[in-house]
Amino acid sequence: MKKLSILLVIALLFSFLSGCCQRDTTETSATVRLLNFKPEIASVYERIAKDYENETGVKLVVETAAANTYESTLTAKMATNEAPTIFQINGPRGYANWKDYCKNLENSTIADIVTDDDLLLKTDEGVFGIPYVVEGYGIIYNDAIMRKFFALPDKKTNLASAEEIKSFEDLKEVVEEMTKRKKDLGIEGVFASTSLKPGEDWRWQTHLLNVPVHYEFDKNDIDLETDEVNNFNFEFAENYRKLFDLYLNNSVTDKKMLGSKITGDSMAEFALGKCAMVQNGNWGYSQIKEVGGNVVGEEDVKMMPLYMGINDENQGLCIGTEGYLAINKRADENAQKASEDFLYWLFSSETGKRYVTEELGFITPFNTFSNDETPDDPLAKEVVRWMNMEGTHTVPWDFVIFPSQVFKNNMGSNLLMYAQGTKNWTDVRDAAVKDWKTESNR
Amino acid sequence: MKKYAPLFLLPLTLAFLVFFVVPFLGGLILSFTEFTTVENASFVGVENYVKAFTADTGFLNALWFTIKFTIVSVISVNVFAFLLALLLTKSLKGVNFFRTVFFLPNLIGGIVLGYIWNVIINGVLSYFGVDITFDASYGFWGLVILMNWQMIGYMMIIYIAGLQSVDRGLIEAAHIDGANHISALWHVTIPSLMPSVTICTFLTLTNSFKLFDQNLALTGGAPGKETSMLALDIYDTFYGRIGWQGVGQAKAVVFFVIVALIALVQLKLTRSREVEV
Repeated sequence: MKKLSILLVIALLFSFLSGCCQRDTTETSATVRLLNFKPEIASVYERIAKDYENETGVKLVVETAAANTYESTLTAKMATNEAPTIFQINGPRGYANWKDYCKNLENSTIADIVTDDDLLLKTDEGVFGIPYVVEGYGIIYNDAIMRKFFALPDKKTNLASAEEIKSFEDLKEVVEEMTKRKKDLGIEGVFASTSLKPGEDWRWQTHLLNVPVHYEFDKNDIDLETDEVNNFNFEFAENYRKLFDLYLNNSVTDKKMLGSKITGDSMAEFALGKCAMVQNGNWGYSQIKEVGGNVVGEEDVKMMPLYMGINDENQGLCIGTEGYLAINKRADENAQKASEDFLYWLFSSETGKRYVTEELGFITPFNTFSNDETPDDPLAKEVVRWMNMEGTHTVPWDFVIFPSQVFKNNMGSNLLMYAQGTKNWTDVRDAAVKDWKTESNR
Repeated sequence: MKKYAPLFLLPLTLAFLVFFVVPFLGGLILSFTEFTTVENASFVGVENYVKAFTADTGFLNALWFTIKFTIVSVISVNVFAFLLALLLTKSLKGVNFFRTVFFLPNLIGGIVLGYIWNVIINGVLSYFGVDITFDASYGFWGLVILMNWQMIGYMMIIYIAGLQSVDRGLIEAAHIDGANHISALWHVTIPSLMPSVTICTFLTLTNSFKLFDQNLALTGGAPGKETSMLALDIYDTFYGRIGWQGVGQAKAVVFFVIVALIALVQLKLTRSREVEV
């Protein structure tokens, strides 16, 4: 009996030890592992993986980080045996964090098909990120409600359609009259809720703030790749405030109640026809479409620029890219090669391109896509239309050089307190300037 | 059989080493480095610890907020749990039903509870035209209510178990000696209940101090960072700035030391009041 139990214990130990020491070395070398940033397209990637394996025999494993957890998921995964071979970094700041992992992609097949070299994520040492989707944001509006407003017999404004809104003054005039007539229009407010819940405030502390930041750096000829960006004076603070106030004062939700509103609430309000306008980007169309009982017709979803009285006559949408794909240089050599091949396949082969335009819905910056290979949803079409419009100044996504997440979070909480009336605008402005400086020097 | 003891202990010891001691030491080492993942750390000395306290006031504010929260919730949870336990050890109808009902909230995850209470509290506050992010004190009391709702049931079960094991003879003897209900409770029941008190204060104290999910879901630190507790502040530091993961790690080590110290002192204090029967 004694002998038997000793044997048992030893057997147990062995199985335990072999279990934890054994490393799976077979066949993992050529596996492509992609950590996907966008939960809404996870299921499409699964089908792509299947097709890719059928076509090329290379295994593609796609994992998806839940919303808002990309950095933490990536941090955790990077230290494992199954580290992603393709991952996403958010512009120059993201690169600074992951530079030990980003492979130099200069002259790679995938870098060569990018239409404009300026779009690449570059440093003096090489190319480290490939932009893969171009997105745009502005004020999304429901043209059906706008037409209803402009058809009101006793309207005071001289404008005749939403297309004619060409400046902040036009926008303000229309919006304020719409607020007065909201009963006639059957809406609860002109703008959807200004979602200011912590973590849900990126439309204001990042996207809206991008406009004054861009124009300030543009005006002063700041070179975005140097330390000159460490100084920001918020010269266009009043312009920012004007538009932000317009959002707050003509909203579905009372100003003091915005601290619990999330982006999803705003998109649902728009989809259900409770409001006529919402600030967001073309990615938001899937959210509008998914809302049960949505009443917005596909042909009525339009977009206009963020007019705030800075450069209204030429103002275009804010169009750019924040997500860059990088290849993990610490991964196995074969896997790195396989990852490059996969990206090239996805953005140049017939099967890959079909997935990209039809199912992922990406407007891509690759020269392998012809003009008619663009996504079909109305907001993507709007972005393409504005991008190609003569005489407009497309505002680039300069927010990728915002100093840190802390800066953005502080800005967001200050905006919330401003909305609630517990902080005045001068303090919000000064805090933004001060935070920019301290966060830049960390 | 005794000579085989080390052999039998080996699997568990190994597991303890691999899953506890090694990661713990790893974390300690990381707090002295700058890193993105555990693989690319470079040594920077005590710089992270200096930054943790001097870069901004976030950590100290969070510490102060956490201490206030812990004091209030430890007292309220234990008082209410004890009173409920007293009530539910009387021979009432449906005692088991009520015990189950009070215990149930404990089975729901913190994030879910946080969102549920976020909706409830905002629903009430909306009558006053504000929401929970309007004032830090709303967030504070919201967290206290949430903590009570979640923890009371669990502590109640421990107190009930304690109350049921109190020697009836002692209480009867006290009554015969002329003690009324209050003094019997105070001088006989509670002293014999000290082991339960020890474990309940320990659990509420450490759980309140380490609260994270509920804090994240209920207030997310709003307004500003005023309702951030320590764990949330550490999380925000870790992901808030590029290259600041080490500072977050340093804060986490300080956090561990504080929790360990408080728990040790508390155990010593309440243990000394336990009586042998």
